[in-house]
Amino acid sequence: MPRAKPKVVHRSLAKAPTGIQGLDEVAGGGLPKGRVTLVCGGAGSGKSLLAMEFLVHGAVRYGEPGVCMDFEETEAKLAANVASLGFDLRELTKRKKLLVDYVSVERSQSAESGEYNLEGLFIRLAHAVKTIKAKRVVLDSIEALFSGLTDSTLLRAELRRLFQWLEDHKLTAVVTGEAGERTLTRHGLEEYVADCVIALDHRVTEQISTRRLRIVKYRGTSHGTDEYPFLIDREGISVVPITSLALAHKASTGRVSTGISALDGMMAGKGFFRGSSVLVTGTAGTGKSTLAASFANATCARGEVCLYFAFEESPSQILRNMGSVGIALEPWVKRRLLHFHAMRPTSIGLEGHLAAIHKMVARLRPTVVIVDPITNLVSTSGIYGAKSMLMRLVDFLKVEQITSMFTSLTFAGDPQERTAAAVSSLMDTWIVLRDSKPNGRPRRELHFLKSRGMAHSREVRELTVSGHGIELRIVPRGHAPVARLSQAQVQPRQRSSKAGHPDRTSSTA
Amino acid sequence: MKKSSASKRLPAKSNKRDFWRLRLYIAGQTPNSIAALVNLKKICKDELRGKYRIEVVDLLKKPQLAKGDQIVAIPTLVRRLPPPVKKIIGNLSKTESVVVGLDLQPVR
Repeated sequence: MPRAKPKVVHRSLAKAPTGIQGLDEVAGGGLPKGRVTLVCGGAGSGKSLLAMEFLVHGAVRYGEPGVCMDFEETEAKLAANVASLGFDLRELTKRKKLLVDYVSVERSQSAESGEYNLEGLFIRLAHAVKTIKAKRVVLDSIEALFSGLTDSTLLRAELRRLFQWLEDHKLTAVVTGEAGERTLTRHGLEEYVADCVIALDHRVTEQISTRRLRIVKYRGTSHGTDEYPFLIDREGISVVPITSLALAHKASTGRVSTGISALDGMMAGKGFFRGSSVLVTGTAGTGKSTLAASFANATCARGEVCLYFAFEESPSQILRNMGSVGIALEPWVKRRLLHFHAMRPTSIGLEGHLAAIHKMVARLRPTVVIVDPITNLVSTSGIYGAKSMLMRLVDFLKVEQITSMFTSLTFAGDPQERTAAAVSSLMDTWIVLRDSKPNGRPRRELHFLKSRGMAHSREVRELTVSGHGIELRIVPRGHAPVARLSQAQVQPRQRSSKAGHPDRTSSTA
Repeated sequence: MKKSSASKRLPAKSNKRDFWRLRLYIAGQTPNSIAALVNLKKICKDELRGKYRIEVVDLLKKPQLAKGDQIVAIPTLVRRLPPPVKKIIGNLSKTESVVVGLDLQPVR
């Protein structure tokens, strides 16, 4: 198409936001505007839902009416399906924001005799688009044509023509396709879609399901290439990026007490940074949960809300055990400051846990979240899955300025167990508890392995749990087994290595 | 579901079992559309001996009619009577498959 004014335009690709939480973020703003996006995945992977959300959000939030050519579900059935998400298709249809056209291609009802093309489909689509001045189109799932019609060569040519037609009319389209055995889609739709391909996956590992989304290609846009776990719940799809693209959360300088004055004392008497993440690792019976309970107790004593996710013990068990060491949590539960959420790690997949945590945080607005322990999550879903989940969780909590504490069980003789090492980079503060037997006398020890951005003691303290909770005592010198560089010491060294920069050379002299 | 206008125009005295009401969907005067109509007329003349009516719907003029009969391919022939509704897509060049597909038992 020749243009009247030839000029070089460095335009960035225009985007059509899907309105799906997280997806727009990993797709650099949305789907390519005026182009066709292929969403492929197996049965029940959520591709139809993604397509419908794209359409409904487009109509409701972005002023872009949409047409859905549905090859699988009737209008009534589709409306019923999405009603549970709070989408009122009938109302949207009445207001001419949405138009659903159920296309049935039943081979049993029709025979073939001689040449044909799919002009009927084109006419229906064009008519629907014109009727509501649509800007968005969903074809779900156009592969049904392959089962309804025999001439697949003709179908392929027509599909190519159809996708071209969509682009010629500047329609942003989502086309869904069933996952194939070796190819992305059963009928190779990806061959016709050049701009954007999104693959959805629903896999079950050790009886636990996890949904994942991956942007296979996105021409002209930098996009996240990871597999992003996503959730489907009553509010539809939410993709939670593993790493937020920008580490944009504000770092707080406010401090919160740990509830143990001697532990606060090890951090210049002030405690953790508000909104920071704390990892507590230790072998069995070293007092991780007690430490967490002390922190919860102190939080509630300030009149703040604490949310405690218990993956190992029931709330009543925790209340009883902590009561026996002088930490009375029950009053806080009664005053609705302390909320327990106990469940088996295996009861739902990681996505489910993440969803549950997000929901409860949104509802209860806590200032402190405790997860006790994360070890069980790792055992059910592997280190990678657990790490990515924790990373998203930590990011989320930091953005909300919520201080988080995670406990992790390590095994004797293997203090920096892989779990802890894998997740420790996410953590601002890492407290290690362990059993030790110097001079044959067993004792529990506590020390900081790191605590970002604050002065902290690197000495080992002896930890005792009595009827008054946790107490720490200074260990006589000579027995401190750990000497490790803290983060604070590492950083200045890194800085000086950058001093070779031309602007800086003078200052290093 | 179906457009009722067609059945309303049905001659009142006709017996549904021996009257054939056929509708051919086309989109403009394309070679396939023209061929389909020619082929259909010939088949009807040979097999149905006047007990039929052919209605041609040009979807370029009436796009809203495509939905009612679930038209995707062009040309599509729909046997609206006698029931059940049957469809044949293509330019109807294969007479045998039209006869079988429409279940055209010769009216003799």
